[in-house]
Parts: sequence; C-alpha cells; structure tokens
Amino acid sequence: MLTVQNLSVSFTQYDTGLTQKQLTVITDLDLHVNAREVVAVVGSSGSGKSLLAHAVLGILPHNAQISGTILFKGEPLTRQRQASLRGKAIALIPQSISYLDPLMPVGRQVHQAARRAGVATTDIRQRVDHTFSRYELASTVKQQYPFQVSGGMARRVLVATAAVGQADLIIADEPTPGLHPDLVAETLNHLRQLASAGKGVILITHDLEAALQVADKVAVFYAGTTLEIAIAEDFVNGNLRHPYTQALWRSLPQNEFIPVPGAQPNPDALPDGCLFSDRCPLVTDACLTERPSLRLVRGAPVRCIHAEG
Amino acid sequence: MNFLIRFTVSKLLHLMLLLAAVAVLTFLLVSVSPIDPIDAYVGAARRVTMTDEQRALIAQRWGLDQPLITRFIRWLGQLLQGNLGESMTYHQSVAAVIATRFQASLWLMALAWLFSGVFGSTLGILAGATAGSWCDRLIRLYAYTLSSAPVFWIALLLLVIFSVNWQITPICCATPPGVLLQDVTLWQRLHHLILPALTLSVIGIGSLALHTREKLVEILQSNYALFARAQGETTTGIVLHHGLRNVALPALTLQFVGLSELFGGSVLTEKVFGYPGLGDATVQAAIRSDVPLLVGIVFFSAIFVFAGNTLADLSYRLIDPRIRIGGIER
Amino acid sequence: MKLSMPAIANPRSRLQGFSLNNRRSRTLLLIALCLVVLGVLLLGTYLIGQAGLDIALSSRNQPPSFAHPFGTDWLGRDMFSRTLHGLSLSLWIGLLTASVSAVIALAIGTLSATLGGKVDAAITWLIDVALSLPHLVLIILVAFAAGGGVRGLLLAIIITHWMSLARLLRAEVLQLKSSDYVQLSSKLGRSPLWIARHHLLPHLLPQFLVGLILLFPHAILHEAGLTFLGLGLPPEIPAIGIILSESMRYLSAGYWWLAVLPGVVLLMAVQAFDILGQSVRALLDPKTSQG
Repeated sequence: MLTVQNLSVSFTQYDTGLTQKQLTVITDLDLHVNAREVVAVVGSSGSGKSLLAHAVLGILPHNAQISGTILFKGEPLTRQRQASLRGKAIALIPQSISYLDPLMPVGRQVHQAARRAGVATTDIRQRVDHTFSRYELASTVKQQYPFQVSGGMARRVLVATAAVGQADLIIADEPTPGLHPDLVAETLNHLRQLASAGKGVILITHDLEAALQVADKVAVFYAGTTLEIAIAEDFVNGNLRHPYTQALWRSLPQNEFIPVPGAQPNPDALPDGCLFSDRCPLVTDACLTERPSLRLVRGAPVRCIHAEG
Repeated sequence: MNFLIRFTVSKLLHLMLLLAAVAVLTFLLVSVSPIDPIDAYVGAARRVTMTDEQRALIAQRWGLDQPLITRFIRWLGQLLQGNLGESMTYHQSVAAVIATRFQASLWLMALAWLFSGVFGSTLGILAGATAGSWCDRLIRLYAYTLSSAPVFWIALLLLVIFSVNWQITPICCATPPGVLLQDVTLWQRLHHLILPALTLSVIGIGSLALHTREKLVEILQSNYALFARAQGETTTGIVLHHGLRNVALPALTLQFVGLSELFGGSVLTEKVFGYPGLGDATVQAAIRSDVPLLVGIVFFSAIFVFAGNTLADLSYRLIDPRIRIGGIER
Repeated sequence: MKLSMPAIANPRSRLQGFSLNNRRSRTLLLIALCLVVLGVLLLGTYLIGQAGLDIALSSRNQPPSFAHPFGTDWLGRDMFSRTLHGLSLSLWIGLLTASVSAVIALAIGTLSATLGGKVDAAITWLIDVALSLPHLVLIILVAFAAGGGVRGLLLAIIITHWMSLARLLRAEVLQLKSSDYVQLSSKLGRSPLWIARHHLLPHLLPQFLVGLILLFPHAILHEAGLTFLGLGLPPEIPAIGIILSESMRYLSAGYWWLAVLPGVVLLMAVQAFDILGQSVRALLDPKTSQG
C-alpha cells in the first residue's frame, strides 16, 4: 500500500548571528506497508520517526526539502495527491491531546475529522455517534473540552478521529507514550482491529516492547535511516540481522536489560560511513568509508555489510 | 455565582489599595510642585496687586498653613466623602466636570475602540494567515508605521485631507457652531466624531494587528493546527475553524488592556480637534494649575484603567473553558 | 577581485558572503541604514547651520519647492531647516531622557531582583501603581508637579519611562539567579561579584541595549506630545512639537506643508529607532527571528 524509498529530509535553519545552515534529519530511509498489516517503526527520539509521518502526509514545514520516492497504492505521492488524500485515504493518530483544539469540544472535533474525511454532511452525525459507541465513549464526552477528558478517554478520542473516516492507511504517531500498560494494550488492540478491517497501519514508537505486541514487521530507525525491517518473529527466534536491532532487543527488561552504549549521532555531525559505526561492536575500516546500502539478508532488508545469510 | 462574589470582593479590595497608593503618590507630587496654588488661582494679573493679608487669608481658608501630614489627612477625609473639590477652571465641582466631560469622551473612545478592534483584528488575521507573503509584509509595515506615528500628527493629517481639502468633515469641536451639546442630533454628533474617532483608533490598530498576527502564527504552528492539516484542512479552513476561536479571547483582552493607551491618546486627539472631553480638560487643568481637577482626573483615569484590566481578566474567566469549567489559573 | 575562490572544506563554518538574500546581511544593512538616517537627523543641523531660520517676509507661506523642499512658514522661514533643527533638538532630548531612564531601570531592576524580600515587593508594587495610570496622564502629572517647562519635561520623561524595562530586567536577573550554572558557581564558592561579572552581565547587557534603543522612540514621541499640548518646551524653543502645534493655526488657510512634512520626518526618526532596536535584537537573539 505504501512504499518509501531513499527518502531524505533536510531543513534550512538560522544559527546565532543569523547565519544559515542545512540540517539533514532523514537520509536514505526505506519502508514498506501492506494492507491488513501493522508495521512498527521503532527508534529513539531524533531518529526521524515523526518526520516520516509528516513527509508521507505532506505536512512538513516550508523550510524542509525532500528527495526520494513515496508510492501510495503504486502511484507516486505528489504534493497535489497528498493534499487530496490526507485525512481521507491516509489518516493520522497523533501522540497526545495537545493535537486537539483546546477551545473546541471533542465531539465537535471528531465531527470536523469526519467532515474533512469527506463523509457526506447528512451522515456525519450518525457516523460520529457510531464511532463514539464503537470506542465506548459516552455521548456526554462529546460536550467536554480536551482538558476535561481523562488519559484513557483521550486515547480513544484520538483513535476515533482517524476511524471516523474511511482511511486505508493509518499512521499512529507515538500513540502510547507513558501510558498505563492496560491502556497501551487497549490502544494497540484498536490498531490491530483497524488492520484486521483491511487497513494498513504504521505504528511509530520508541517502545520496542509495545511494538512487538502487535506488529507484523518492525522497521528499526536510527539517525534518520532504516537499519533493518525485521519480521516480528525474528526477534524471539534470534534471527535479527543488524547489530543495533540485536542490541535493542537485548536491552529489553525481560532479556538481558543491557542498555546500548553510546548515543545516536546529532544530525549536524553524522559519521561519513555507516551511521551506526561509532557504536557498533563489529565495526571495520570498510564501515567507516561508505554508507552500506539496504540489501536482503535471510528474507528481510538490512543496512549492514556484516549481516550474513 | 459564588465565584462572582469572590471575584468582585477581591477586585474591590485591589481597587481600594490602588487608589490609596495613587492618593499618596499624587499628593506627594502635587505638594512638591513649585507652582503656587494661590498664584495659579488668582491669575497673573491680580498676583501683583494682591496684599500679603489677602494671600494669608486664602492660604488659611485652604488649610495651606497646616503641616503636610495634616493637609493630607484632611484632603483624604474630603476624598472619602466623595468630595473631589471645586474646579477653578470651570467653576464647577470636579465631579460634575468629570461627569460631563467623560460623557463626551465616552462616545469618542467607544467608537475608536470599536474601529480599532474591527480593523486591527481583521488585519492581524489576514497577515497571520498569509504570514511571509507580500500581503503580510504590507500589513506589518502599515501596522508598524501606525504604532510609531504620533497621534497628533495623524489628527493633523486627517484634518488636512478631509476637513481642509475635501471639506467633508468639520474642523473642530463636538457640535456645529452655536449648538449646545444637549441639542445636537445624532447625525451631527457622529459627523463631528468620525475624524477624532478614526485618529484615536490608530493607537490600537497597530498593536492589535501585530498581536493578533503573532497569535495566529503561533496557532498555525500549533500541534492542533498540524493535526487539522493532516486531516486535509486548508489554511483557510484552519483559520476559520481553529484560528478565530483561539484568537478572539487574546484580542478582546488586549483591547480591554488597551483602554489605558486609549485614554492617553484621547488627551492628544481632543486637543487637536478641540473636542470638549476629559482629555481636553486634563490639558486645561495642567495649564491652569487647576490642582483639584487634575487630581480628580488622575483618580478617574486610574479607575478607568483598572476597569479595563478587570474586564480583561473577567473575560478570560467567563469565556475560556479551561478556567470557566476547569478552574485552572493562568 | 579574483573570480576563482579557493574551495572551503567545511561549508558550515564558513562565514556567509554578503547577499541581500541572507537575513544576517539584510539585518546589518538595515542597522547601518538606520544609523545613517539618525546620524543625519542628529548632526545635520551642524552642516546646514542657522541660515534657513532667518525671517524673510518676502517669501512667506510658500508651498514646497526646489528652493524650500518643505515650504516656508508665515515669517518666510525655511521649514526644512526648522524641521531639522526642531527634530534634532527633540531627538537629543529623547536620547538624554531615555538613557537616564534606562540606567534607572537597570539599577532598580537588578537591585530589586538581587535584594529580594521587602525591597523587591515595594519596588514591584511601585511599578504596578505607576503603570496603573495612563502613561500620558502620569507624564502630565509629573511635568506639572515639577513646575512645567524644560525641567518639568525632562523629569516627566525620565521618571515615567523606566518601569517596563526595570520589570523586564528584574525578571531576567531572577531567572538567571535560579539557573543551574549560577547556582553551581555559587556552590563552587564564587563571589557574588564574580557571578555578576561573568554570568549576569553578559546576559543582561544585550537586553539592556535593546531595551534602551526601544525606549528612544517612546521618549521622543512623549516629548513631542507633551510639547505639542503646551505642557513641555516653551514656544520660543522651536522643537518639533512646537512646530506642529503652531501649524494648527494655519491649517484652515490650506498651508498643509507646515504640519504634514515635519511630521513625516518625525515618523521616520521614530521608525528608524524602532527598526534599529528590532534588528539589534534579532542579531543578538536568533530565536526571535526564526521563520
């Protein structure tokens, strides 16, 4: 349904004393999502996860430059196509209640989402009511302002804004930050149900554990690039290809609980070679000179010259 | 209801404290003044002919021979009884002068307030929605120019254009020559008000437009605007559905807070147009050393500004749901 | 100039060349332009001298022409010279009063924040009271109390312009005081003077500078306004406020140039100061000028 190839995003910024500089935040990023599939995009903050969502929707700020290919249902997503598809064929589930207008009752905002999704004016009321009951939201919640709804309810309202339309692709941007495990499970469950209903779902998260609960595939992002797109079973089966993915897996509490040493490089100080080279236990001279390209190893794409079949 | 009572009581207490402070401040300022109130009262011509006995008599009657603190207490006592004294300029009680003068000024300020509110917020929304474009640049240039233009010069400019060149507006005053204020028709009144009100509105337009623009730009960069855009909303749609809603309250608040500058501006505007309002009376009081009137106007202006700030505060509490329902303090 | 320039290895550290598409260059150009305009307005009177101020009854009330770009007044004096002289006087008064006011603001703001406690409360309260009156009313009150005239005007402008800047600087010092690095320096045993010299001053100085520049237009406009009302400079001193006030008498006679053109130059001067202040602020703090 969605294919992202060699996507790069950079920003023009002003520095002290008003000198200009160019900041590359996404380099050679790849992703593929099918219908009925939940693809988790996992990476620490600053790895370019949210920007990917914004790039797909075409809502990056004006000072951003994009290169690469984004295909939706086999056809390139041009600016015009993005403008006509966002909210209708592609929907976003934002990370927090701050993405709702603080001065508008939430029922009205779901109503707006339905209108923007192209639901016929006469059907909107019914659709909103239906979506509210679908996500077990009392109709009194409609009159409440965002600051009044509780955390769990807020999650459901946010999911409702995406589910009220007929989008084929749903991008959930960090939908479970700091939530109670029950709420995490509930939210992930909602995403799974959306996928089962035939939609493609991208789950953007920094929480690998949560991602593995629901995802079919896990794309691991690092410093603005895709290091590996693993199948969910690869994690438990010890079939991981990239040293970073392996390290992430080991860092989970139920495994060895060893944090990955070092830190992700800043966008303005990226290494010339492999982006992970400065933290990699397998690093060789070859890693330092050239960025490895994405290649298939044991049936899944990985960006490492040391991964073996 | 409970809230309104608490709010009113706390605001009244604040006002009392403020007025007490203003009382001390003005009394101190006026008493250090080198201008002799008796000289000012009798005028230059009689100053020379007046004997020392006459002078002492007036001083005694006014209590000027008493020490500072006694005079302050006496004056405060009068003030607490609501007696602001007599205006030497208008030969009327200060309260009466302020009442009639403020009535005239109220028309002027209300009209200017409305003008600046409508123009300012419209320009601000236009500029904010098109931020970075030539339209935005033009509006910003206009707003910056307006906010640094001297009010009295704008008044002169409008007079030159509309009253002298085109002769479609009167050149002065609140009424046609020979017509008393109480006999004037509504049309005559508005005809005389239009230029002064336009002039006075200039003070508010610039800052309101720039403020509204900043606010709208901030809103358009907010998470909820981004989400609306992700849902396929156009910039126009975002401005209509989220912008106006979120910009209205700060704009209204600024307009209420701006009453302070409006009062100051009315002094200059009324001077140019010879408009018989409170601002004109302020200048007269200062020129003729009419201390009771000047002090009365200072008090009145403090209450006026306080009322503006209170309205701003109240509008937040009554309109913003986060405070109205949630009780979240800003 | 050679056309071929050696390639520079790291483009990020390179100083950008001068180009009008570059915000830094544009800002610097704007600052230079404002300084030139203000320099001319402040010092121009020394160049043109007193010649234009002579009374020439043969050329009274002339509209703007090549010989008299701003026309002449009812005594035949050249309005351009009068405007420059009047404005220069007003600008100097504005510079003087605003500078004194800004120094007061700096002293009171930092004292209030460093001493804290009752002093701070009293100063904050005083500022609140002063700001609770319309600015012009307060100016008139102080000018009246000081006996009017030149003394009244100077005192009124000085006494009524420090409040907002003092409040700003006070907040800045309070914020700096609670910042981690100042707390740490203090724990490391640095003396308060050392901290003031190394941490407070570098942060406060730009704020003070911008605040000072932005005070100029206020002071100038209020000086002109007060003088216009007849409560400031006496009529024999030809300040810009006097010129505009006098022009009112000749409005209905159609001598528009007496009012319009001097006002334009006043507006230009005020705007030059405003733009200068905004540009210096943008240059010192990139955060305020993003986008």
